[in-house]
Amino acid sequence: MSEFFTRLGDGAAVMMSKEDIRYDVEDGTADAADRGQIPELAKEEVDYLVEILTMPQKNVSVKRGHEGIMTFDAGTLKLPVRAGIPVDRLATLMIHERILCSDTMELCTTDYSYKSIKNFVQEEAMTMELAQNNCVMPIFYGAMPNLGQYTKPDGPIDNWSELLPMGKIAEAREAQEEAVEHAVSDMVFITGQMAEAGACGIQFDTVGASGDADVLAALMAAKELKKRFPNIGIEMGMAGEFNLGMHGQLEFEGERIAGAYPHQQVKMAEKAGVDIFGCVVNTNSNQTFAWNLARALTYAKACVAAAEIPVVVDAGMGVGGVTNTNTTPTDVTSRVSKALLEIAKVDGL
Amino acid sequence: MGGIRTAGDLVSRMVMKGMRLSAAKEYVADKLHCSVLDLSDTFAMKEIRESLDIGTVLDRKGASNGMEAKFNIEKVLGIEIPSVTQFKKKTGLL
Repeated sequence: MSEFFTRLGDGAAVMMSKEDIRYDVEDGTADAADRGQIPELAKEEVDYLVEILTMPQKNVSVKRGHEGIMTFDAGTLKLPVRAGIPVDRLATLMIHERILCSDTMELCTTDYSYKSIKNFVQEEAMTMELAQNNCVMPIFYGAMPNLGQYTKPDGPIDNWSELLPMGKIAEAREAQEEAVEHAVSDMVFITGQMAEAGACGIQFDTVGASGDADVLAALMAAKELKKRFPNIGIEMGMAGEFNLGMHGQLEFEGERIAGAYPHQQVKMAEKAGVDIFGCVVNTNSNQTFAWNLARALTYAKACVAAAEIPVVVDAGMGVGGVTNTNTTPTDVTSRVSKALLEIAKVDGL
Repeated sequence: MGGIRTAGDLVSRMVMKGMRLSAAKEYVADKLHCSVLDLSDTFAMKEIRESLDIGTVLDRKGASNGMEAKFNIEKVLGIEIPSVTQFKKKTGLL
């Protein structure tokens, strides 16, 4: 029986038979369908995914005409900070535009949280103005709601992660509701400054990292921002495929936030006035790449079907079926891109 | 899609307005008077971008760049670009 080169969820190389790959694809799509109460991939989609996974080429690509757009989170962190290249953020943006040929790019700062940015938002807005004068491609400004930063000792509010283990449920909920007010105020203030500096778009990234209150804060900020600056594009990228219920009772426009999966998250984002939704599906390193990609496709396909706005799927390390290693193999990322664009019909990554 | 090497930036501008990918590609192709497949063809788009003066990866003497190119993109796509509006306000053009 012939075997095919593929990978485990942590990125390690492994040889598998076509039958075993198909088994994992079917198991992965069944897992997503069961958790999200959404349809499994159809038989022809499973067949095509197995074909993509077993293609002999190291890197694969989409069929002509199926190209999608690319957006970035932590945009200007990647060259000067993570890769340690001594270039400033303006140079980073222009390298992305002229050399890497990115479709869009995001200006951001090292402490990627709106609360932190409030202290130097004027300087950030000045950088946005310079970026807009020099760049042709659309430039977003982005950061995370990161509700946890509003808790003591960094912020003014009692820490719900400490209150909950003590059984102080009501106090923990009250603390989260108070944090939402602070976060919305900061996000509307900062993104308003960026809008006035000419930003093409605003990104709320890793939404839900602190649970359902974190999601509520981003939705409320998006709604207010859209009212004030209708011309600015708002992208909301999630933290996970499932909204954690750290509060549990919060609602947006009559819908419970906790427990929502991507096809439900996107509808809330639409109601808030979000223009692009960033669907996230987390990678399980204990499973294979085939299992994870099938699972990501199942969630993404249901999200795209439910959405009226464009859906871009987070496809970096540890999300969207991409294996959990910082040096993501291109045999993985190229297969993820192809499958998401051709099977899930996403609008971009 | 390939950014300003193709029409990736232009399609992205429409997607950022909440337009789905296929509709955004058709809108941009219509405005550029080309086919949807041309949008990701670096040869076709180099010719189109140079003729419309909307920015290319390789700079040329006298060609529009940065904000200048965005003035032209605004006209070609028939949209408002926030930074162009701000520039016009600051320079008394609005």
